[in-house]
Amino acid sequence: MLYFLEQCLNGIQLGMLLFLLAAGLTLVFGIMDLVNLAHGSLYMLGAYFAATFATVTGSFTLAIILALLASLVAGMVLEVIAIRPLYRRSHLDQVLGTFGLILFFNELVRLVWGPEGRTLSLPSEMLSAVQVLPGVYYPIYRLVIIGASLAVAGLLYVLVMRTRLGMLVRAGASNREMVGALGINIKLLYTLVFGLGAALAGFAGVMQAPILTVQIGMGENILILAFVVIIIGGIGSIRGAFVAAVIVGLIDTLGRSFLPDLLHLVLSNSAAQTLGPSLSSMSIYMLMAAILVFRPEGLFPAASR
Amino acid sequence: MTVSLDPSLKTAPPAVMTARNVFTVGVIAILALVPVYAYATGQTFSVALFTRTIILAIGAVSLNLIMGYGGMVSFGQAAYLGIGGYAVGILAKEGIGSGFVQWPVAIVASALYALVVGALSLRTRGVYFIMITLAFAQMIYYVAIGLDRYGGDDGLTIYKRSTFGGVIDLNNKVVFYYHCLAILLASIYLIARLVNSRFGLALRGTQSNERRMRAIGFPTFRYKLVAFVISGALCGLAGALLANHTSFISPAIMHWTRSGDLIVMVVLGGLGSLFGPVIGAVVFLLLQEGLSRVTEFPDLILGPVLLLVAIYVHGGIGGLLEGRGRG
Repeated sequence: MLYFLEQCLNGIQLGMLLFLLAAGLTLVFGIMDLVNLAHGSLYMLGAYFAATFATVTGSFTLAIILALLASLVAGMVLEVIAIRPLYRRSHLDQVLGTFGLILFFNELVRLVWGPEGRTLSLPSEMLSAVQVLPGVYYPIYRLVIIGASLAVAGLLYVLVMRTRLGMLVRAGASNREMVGALGINIKLLYTLVFGLGAALAGFAGVMQAPILTVQIGMGENILILAFVVIIIGGIGSIRGAFVAAVIVGLIDTLGRSFLPDLLHLVLSNSAAQTLGPSLSSMSIYMLMAAILVFRPEGLFPAASR
Repeated sequence: MTVSLDPSLKTAPPAVMTARNVFTVGVIAILALVPVYAYATGQTFSVALFTRTIILAIGAVSLNLIMGYGGMVSFGQAAYLGIGGYAVGILAKEGIGSGFVQWPVAIVASALYALVVGALSLRTRGVYFIMITLAFAQMIYYVAIGLDRYGGDDGLTIYKRSTFGGVIDLNNKVVFYYHCLAILLASIYLIARLVNSRFGLALRGTQSNERRMRAIGFPTFRYKLVAFVISGALCGLAGALLANHTSFISPAIMHWTRSGDLIVMVVLGGLGSLFGPVIGAVVFLLLQEGLSRVTEFPDLILGPVLLLVAIYVHGGIGGLLEGRGRG
């Protein structure tokens, strides 16, 4: 039972991470109609920035802030140079172009940081575990991730629903031409939105850097999970992304921890051992398939699409 | 249902000596002469490089059927390479070495998987479709990693190439090469017949205006699904060839970047042209090979090249040769 609670927290933490990635993707898709495969590269860059700034400044907090800013700038520069010409191309061309960007960024990281992975060590006060419930200890840092991501989700909600920029973002999502016709600088808006998405992805990478090894290609597998989140949640919907991210995070984590044991109850030992790992990694895709059968547009389809 | 289709949809009888045709014939001629050249100059390694190119070209040809003629951008084509490859690998490990069993199993297993994925994915369209095919391919990738009996993450060595009752000896590199080339040409012929048949016309009609096709009574979902299954089956055959070529199979064969490579080949060669995928495969793999010889960081150049192609080139290399490059 205690183990179950711990795994639930792990699942929520993965879900929060997926939300940070999916929110950026879904914003960029909803507003600019852009399929951005290179979103995972920004996540990777964020983690590398954090590792580097931590070495340079020696301060964990400073490293996080600087890495966040660097991700934002990297995203905006990328938008102006490479992404802008892709808006008017077909989705297929966007896939091709951003696939090229992934190759480029992986190689660039190899050139700049070398092929070995990096690690980012946590400050000592983050290393301990706290008692979240009687008998349940949980690492502080993972709680910090959950808290920080929830805070970012809240900020994003306020930004999108309560500010003028958010109003433009929503307007842009429902009718781009009209927003442009009303004299809004749509180019600048796009650059800002892309930068925001990049900063969210970078933030996810920064938060994850102390837990995983910072390495080339780290953004790719998690990007595909973020795609699954968007499909389940409904493309263009931030609320959908949040709900779906938590569901996917929980199911993936709990599936991996408990499905093999559950299989032991119904199957022979060897069959369970063979099937367990495969089935548990399939679980979220089966969930996605099931949801598609009933709601091809996802759980929270964005209004006009 | 006897709807007559606009005859202009049929491919117009082509002018024979266009730049594009000359280029295509040139590429095919080069492919046909590779072993001759390789053994004349002693560069036998190039036979292996081009065998691989031809096999991946078959994969690209299969992708072109759904992407170029059916408008379905599948980002999961590598899954069928994997299924076909694992069909050969698993059967070989279990002691069944006959290609008469292995290859049909590879094709049928891929077709069945394509049927399931297609039935689910084709309920959606556009960017959903891209992401869903990607996600399903990723699922198979993880399933393969979980196959501990068959090597899991490390993969499975295939100790014997498929046997065909002593009629064809695939262990001979040149025989294997021409075998693959023959399958490539046969599959292009198959696609040519298919896209100019009534089925193909309906499929292309669906690509240009699905709503209209439905309105005049075509069950477009079924047409797309059949094309999707044929494409998967053909790519499964390519996977069986690839496993035979490398004598090894691992989950890496269906890493999602492999699906991306196949898309690149099709787009590079020219979407919806019969020989485009072949040209795309040859150019892409030679570019990769060439760049990795001159620089330690080939993707630093290859990546931006793909971006520029996406932004500026219409219709791939075929389109460039026809002079409708920029648009």
